[in-house]
Amino acid sequence: MSRGPRGERITSVGTGPDAGCTVLHVDMDAFYASVALLDRPDLRGTPVVVGGNGTRGVVLSATYEARAYGVRSAMPTSRARRLCPQATFLPPRFDDYARVSAGVMELFRSITPVVEPLSLDEAFLDVSGAVRRLGSPATIAQLLRDRVADEQGITCSVGVAPTKFVAKLASTACKPDGMLVVPRDQVIAFLHPLPVGALWGVGEKTEEALTRLGMRTVGDLAAVPVDTLRRALGPTSGPHLHALAWGHDDRPVVASEPERSTGAEETFARDVDDPAVIHRELLRLSTRTASRLRAAGHAGRTVVLKVRFADFTTITRSKTLRETTDVAQVVYTTARGLYDALGLQRARIRLVGVRVEGLVDADTAPQQLLLDERPAGWRDAERAADRAALRFGADAVRPASLVGEASSTRQPGPHGPSTRTPSNAPSRTPSNAASPAEPAARPPAAPPGHAALDAARGPRTNGRGSSRTGADPRAQRMQIRGAGDS
Amino acid sequence: MRFRVQREVLAEAVAWAARSLPARPPVPVLAGLLVEAGDDGVVLAGFDYEVSARVGVDAEVVEPGRVLVSGRLLADICRSLPQQPVEIATDGAKVVVRCGSARFTLLTLPVDEYPALPVMPTASGSLPGDVFAAAVAQVSLAAGRDDTLPVLTGVRVEIDGEKVVLAATDRYRLAVRELAWTPEEAGLSAVALVPARTLSESARSLQAGEKVVVALATGGTGEGLVGFEGGRRRTTTRLLDGEFPKYQSLLPTSSASVAVVETGPFVDAVKRVSLVAERNTPIRLSFTDGALTLEAGSGEEASASESMDATLEGDDIAIAFNPQYLLDGLQAIDAPYAQLSFTTSTKPAVVTGRATADTEPTGDYRYLLMPVRLSGA
Repeated sequence: MSRGPRGERITSVGTGPDAGCTVLHVDMDAFYASVALLDRPDLRGTPVVVGGNGTRGVVLSATYEARAYGVRSAMPTSRARRLCPQATFLPPRFDDYARVSAGVMELFRSITPVVEPLSLDEAFLDVSGAVRRLGSPATIAQLLRDRVADEQGITCSVGVAPTKFVAKLASTACKPDGMLVVPRDQVIAFLHPLPVGALWGVGEKTEEALTRLGMRTVGDLAAVPVDTLRRALGPTSGPHLHALAWGHDDRPVVASEPERSTGAEETFARDVDDPAVIHRELLRLSTRTASRLRAAGHAGRTVVLKVRFADFTTITRSKTLRETTDVAQVVYTTARGLYDALGLQRARIRLVGVRVEGLVDADTAPQQLLLDERPAGWRDAERAADRAALRFGADAVRPASLVGEASSTRQPGPHGPSTRTPSNAPSRTPSNAASPAEPAARPPAAPPGHAALDAARGPRTNGRGSSRTGADPRAQRMQIRGAGDS
Repeated sequence: MRFRVQREVLAEAVAWAARSLPARPPVPVLAGLLVEAGDDGVVLAGFDYEVSARVGVDAEVVEPGRVLVSGRLLADICRSLPQQPVEIATDGAKVVVRCGSARFTLLTLPVDEYPALPVMPTASGSLPGDVFAAAVAQVSLAAGRDDTLPVLTGVRVEIDGEKVVLAATDRYRLAVRELAWTPEEAGLSAVALVPARTLSESARSLQAGEKVVVALATGGTGEGLVGFEGGRRRTTTRLLDGEFPKYQSLLPTSSASVAVVETGPFVDAVKRVSLVAERNTPIRLSFTDGALTLEAGSGEEASASESMDATLEGDDIAIAFNPQYLLDGLQAIDAPYAQLSFTTSTKPAVVTGRATADTEPTGDYRYLLMPVRLSGA
């Protein structure tokens, strides 16, 4: 409780002991923006917005200085520009986020094995097993905050409570860079003044309904007999909310499995109906996905294609291969096959995504060899490209069909500089959100294959608009250093 | 149209002709089964633009005619009819099926809209039905089932005079069978790629016949077509386009070690040991002189091992395979002893059959199997 100007925020409701408050909810403060500031210390203390730039870009994260102007996550970037024209707008760099996130999650796991990541920047921890070793939950929470700040250079907020639900509310209440302990006997005092919308499972609609019935705070809801709630909200949600309102939440913190899938997706700046463009995008996404797989030492058997149409209808199609793969060519061929099998007649497409599931350790998994396998196949070519990417930048080697596309889309122009907006922009989840613990130590996006050695467009001439690797030599160093860590 | 026919004869013929009917026909008439009564009895035919099937049955034709009815329904009805003669007759725009006291009235489909069945090409040659069926079964098991590589879903049929070579591969294994046949004209030479599924179905359904006539029409105008005729059954299928991989170079010319194992016990042991091999995990074989050890599974999971007699000439070898692919090969050789030739543990192994432990392998069937590379190898 000794650090930071916001030390006074580190409070606890009441004075009771924190024994029994073994659930920690840790939430990074303005995660993407904070990570962006690691590279741009000159921007500290100024409004910074991380988000997509295209016509459909949305804000992924904003510093608290920018939030003061009303900038919020998921708002269109164009709106953020109007609200806060003096802010610095930075493109997202998912590889950096994944790297920092992996470091943070690893730190969590060094404290307790029971870590349940919710996304790249959020996790529940059950520290009941660490109390004897490291001290009370509040002490552990403080230790954790200090170590995140020291090791990763970003701040986080921690809620400490007996249940997940209360811990999450507590971390929200103490943001940014704070800590809040809610002892068991203070849970109700903490909960009841909150608006009903704070309860998990209460969205806009439910909140409206509850307000209409005169329930504005959690306390109001708690005072209503459960039967009445059941009639008003239905047989499941009524009793559920009633239990939450009294602080009952018996969901345990579940240590997450190692990641089960890796993928990438892309929202087009404008809806696309040209199959050639879709194919090229699938190749790019497959390339990115495969290099992430290889960087993590994974291989998977199931390739999943995701297509979102202009009307937001979303479909997924998957195909399970006979053998696991970490080869972009195989992922691409499969994804393209799935896409072609949809038989779309110039349907307007908003987003495509490629994901590989059923991951196993690539090195220990037996590999069925092919009769016509050449001594040096695609896999070797792509691995060579990985190595080239380490030395010369992520775009050093890539499929020839992506070269022209890259040059036309990476250079910011006057109008809609990019046909690409950051992956998954609307949902504020990076493309590998399903796998927050991905140890993306190595820079992915090392495209494969029958590559055009694209030396002229190496990192040094690459436009700043690139969302993958900037021209910043510092970024290069960081990636190479990261690779050494893996 | 009006005819009487034996119930079994009808049911069998309808079932066979209806098997090529598409589940979701692109045009409604293709769901129909063509029934033609004439001087030579009754002919039943089905077609889905890819495969056509045509079968003749003996029947007592009272009034000739031609009608199109729902094939699926007719097949279901014929399968369920009591053991009594069946009478089929048109009644206006309907067809009435009578058998004993059962009576069915079916709607007809517009027969004029039914496409013309492909004409059976000129016969290329013939061979006994059971030989043909066995050879096709040995080869088609290695064909790919994945439509992303259409060429590999076919069996390559190469005709060279009195010799036919069948080959199929899914890139994991390759099966090659040579057999003799009787060509219509000496010096006939042709290559065709026949869809493996239709080929094996056709061969199976014609195996009872003393003679199967193969009729190949490649090149020239239009698409390639192959027809098979045995007894009064006749089926045609469109050939696949594309070039089958040049597999000859894959067949190893030399080997570092040759093992001989009694096939039956080997198959049983592979089946037993691979019970613990979860999906996509291999069975591991270690050959030393006098013994073969089979292992599967790992220390963390269930595991199994078994030893059996084997003779080995050459270097000891440890190699791993997909258990099902290995079983496919061992069962396909159809011989009391299996010979396995190895080069290295990452190069293809060749499975052939031997009549006894000491005789030279029968050279007409070869099953080439790619191993599984274990971690760290």
